[in-house]
Amino acid sequence: MPFPSPAMKPLLCISDLACERDSRTLYQGLNINVEAGDLWHIKGRNGAGKTTFLRQLAGLHAVDEGEVQLLNNDTRMIYIGHKLGLKEQLTADENLTWLAGLDGLSTQKQRFMALEQVGLRGYEESVVAQLSAGQKRRVALARLHLCKADIWLLDEPFTSIDQQGIADEQEWLNKHTLAGGAVLMTSHQDITLAQVQVLDMGDYARQTCQYLANENGNIT
Amino acid sequence: MGFMLAIIRRDLLLVARQPAEMINPLVFFVLVVALFPLGVSPEASLLSQTAAGVIWVAAMLATLLSLELLFKLDHDDGSLEQLLLAPYPSWCLVLAKVFVHWLVSGLPLILISPLIAMMLFLPSDAVPTLMLSLLLGTPTLSLLGAIGAALVTGVRGGGMLLTLLILPLYVPVIIFGASSVAAAALGMPVDGYMALLGAMFVFALMITPWAAGAALKL
Repeated sequence: MPFPSPAMKPLLCISDLACERDSRTLYQGLNINVEAGDLWHIKGRNGAGKTTFLRQLAGLHAVDEGEVQLLNNDTRMIYIGHKLGLKEQLTADENLTWLAGLDGLSTQKQRFMALEQVGLRGYEESVVAQLSAGQKRRVALARLHLCKADIWLLDEPFTSIDQQGIADEQEWLNKHTLAGGAVLMTSHQDITLAQVQVLDMGDYARQTCQYLANENGNIT
Repeated sequence: MGFMLAIIRRDLLLVARQPAEMINPLVFFVLVVALFPLGVSPEASLLSQTAAGVIWVAAMLATLLSLELLFKLDHDDGSLEQLLLAPYPSWCLVLAKVFVHWLVSGLPLILISPLIAMMLFLPSDAVPTLMLSLLLGTPTLSLLGAIGAALVTGVRGGGMLLTLLILPLYVPVIIFGASSVAAAALGMPVDGYMALLGAMFVFALMITPWAAGAALKL
């Protein structure tokens, strides 16, 4: 293995997880162990349940079948979804203040450093409503640099971020996983890091769903 | 505690950025009370009799008006998710949000109520009772409303549903609130009313943050 993770410490154990929405089974029998240093790239067609899966891990969507188990109670997760959780009327710095306040306190210096790391130097006092879509996402992502979390759950973190930004982001993912963190993320873009492992939601879809998927090509 | 302070600080900052939100319930309250004599009769004897009821009903409607947005804005921009993910019980979140709601929509009503009482020829002896009853009653209204607001969060057009859900819960508060002021205007003792309003407040304070917190997680 080219990237030996520090201790191969298991962080999260997902066993036999299933999800049903509107009486349609999105996925079932999902078993993975997330260990320190893991970078999981969750793939799948639109509506395959990528977002729901991440929300189940975060605890925002009920787990009816199967189990999501944190192996250590001190393990901290950060979930950044489609809705960024930013207040449009507040500045970037003020938004980070309250978001970081959920995990503990932060100093202004730490927040400014975090904003600089996501390439928003000079935008600290800008009202979020006036930022572009990519800049807004960067503000939300700045929280990753501010709060010490073991597991990052990122739903489409590359959306509306420019090429250079995506390269930078991959570098953060690399650093975080090498430092013993874990990342589970969805993206329709490829991740070029060597430690990436792919989780294809299509593999866990119910047979009938796979049958439907094949209808586009040749029915088997 | 730090978690609650962070929410309170954030929400007060948001109100400061958008003062219209703060002014709205107050303007509504003053307008209803000011228009009432025009619609009924400007006669002092009639107004002083009905003043207690009018002020209390207007205060309730003003509270109701601003309740729908209690959790809705946070839900829409995703910050509610982040608040619920924080490693704190959800009742802390509800309590902090309700406190800001009361501070913005309840407290200004109490402060302006002596002026309103004068407009409606309420006997000046009853004014302290009016303020005290509102002080005990408006937080109860905010707390009870939080359950409804939490339940209809994420429901499109939940405003009407919210009203239907919590109006029955408001009825006892209004009855005792308005009767306490009416009793004071007649020079009768109001201790009993105040005790009941206080009991309702304590009860709401104990039950509703927990119930609304559970409803938010649905």
